[in-house]
Amino acid sequence: MPDPQGFTDDTVFELQRHFRFQWEPAQQAFVLLYPEGMVKLTGSSGEIMKRVDGKLSVAGIVEDLQKAFPGADLRGDVIGFLEHVHGKGWIRTRQAG
Amino acid sequence: MEKAGSVPGRPGNPLWLLAEVTYKCPLHCVFCYNPVDYARYGDELSTADWLRVLRQGRELGATQLGFSGGEPLMRDDLEAMVAEARRLGYYSNLITSGIGLNEKRIAAFKEGGLDHIQLSFQDSTREMNDFLSSTKTFELKQKVAKLIKKYDYPMVLNCVLHRHNIDHVQQILEMAEAMDAEYVELANTQYYGWAYLNREQLLPTREQLRRAEEVTNRFRERVGKKMRIFFVVPDYYEDRPKACMNGWGAVFLTVTADGLALPCHEARMLPGLTFPNVRSHDLDWIWYDSPGFNAYRGDAWMKEPCRSCPDKTKDFGGCRCQAYMLTGDATSTDPVCGLSPMHHLVTDVVDRAQNPAQRVEVKPIVFRDDKNSRALSKTPG
Repeated sequence: MPDPQGFTDDTVFELQRHFRFQWEPAQQAFVLLYPEGMVKLTGSSGEIMKRVDGKLSVAGIVEDLQKAFPGADLRGDVIGFLEHVHGKGWIRTRQAG
Repeated sequence: MEKAGSVPGRPGNPLWLLAEVTYKCPLHCVFCYNPVDYARYGDELSTADWLRVLRQGRELGATQLGFSGGEPLMRDDLEAMVAEARRLGYYSNLITSGIGLNEKRIAAFKEGGLDHIQLSFQDSTREMNDFLSSTKTFELKQKVAKLIKKYDYPMVLNCVLHRHNIDHVQQILEMAEAMDAEYVELANTQYYGWAYLNREQLLPTREQLRRAEEVTNRFRERVGKKMRIFFVVPDYYEDRPKACMNGWGAVFLTVTADGLALPCHEARMLPGLTFPNVRSHDLDWIWYDSPGFNAYRGDAWMKEPCRSCPDKTKDFGGCRCQAYMLTGDATSTDPVCGLSPMHHLVTDVVDRAQNPAQRVEVKPIVFRDDKNSRALSKTPG
């Protein structure tokens, strides 16, 4: 089922079914793998996606990133990126069970 | 996937490893792209060879792995390869007719970490009545489809279209819907291997194509996002060539059943090139240094009209094997291209296909089987 359009600070995302996220030494980048395809997630996009683990809420992701990269205001970037990849269907809100 | 272009200097790493683990197949499809002389290449790689190939592919940076063939399920060590693929970090795809897939095997694939299964309809002319009357084939597919669902794989169906089944796209799509398919690829035959041998018999008419696309579009509108349908037109009906393999030696590395490493699964046919075998060379040398993989990288090999064409970085002049098969010269422009001086080689065949009366069926359709392959292995060319 499609997720509702909006999400809040409390929303918890997880990877879409059949997607896999991993570090690629040959690319020196995080990648997202899915049936017959791959996207490279460089820089901040990789750092954000790393935290989309089905446990951290949106606010939790922002907080964790602020800790890792102090001084930067990341909230807007995180929300924008999550909106983008949610729209693409790479992540979904955590499913019950 | 990332686009790779004609990059001067060191090429990028391969992203796809295609493991054609066997040429053995229980089916006899007339549109098969396997080499017609596959009977000569029965000396299959061992399990240890394949595990080494998988490891070397990962070291090179390949992330996607395709198990195909032949029918990959004919190898009883596929489970071991699947498990090793997962350990190495591949995203692995099994391309199968489903014949030989039972619960024990799919459970082992799941356990081993197989990511994805693409199920093909084994429709061929010999089996067509059965296929279209939805009896035996449908039952087998239904059984396999249930297993695929049960083990939480996406349901991805592929059906190769040609003159003899393209008018049944509606039934094919209904069958796919009844199986809860999430993705359906209706791929018109590409004319290589056995399909090239049977080209005159398989090429649909323009009118057949138009109707099939119309049916597909109507079906798409009705089912919406529930089922994604891809319709691939035969390139003979295009006037720009396909960006074959996304460029020679740019993305794909194929290893055949007998260990030959190829930039595409058809390249074995090209004259004047020797391709390395994984029994005697490692994939790193094969990919970066072997003459075969470097033969058509970049654009230095191109002739006019490709050389000065602004599209050369988009389509790389089309398919080298098709250029060779149709013109006798692998460095010429793929004659599918409207700019090719030999475009008529394609349009003549297309014109003949429009009028069945003009199609002189001098030779019967040739089924892909061992006997025919042995016979074709003896005839040169």
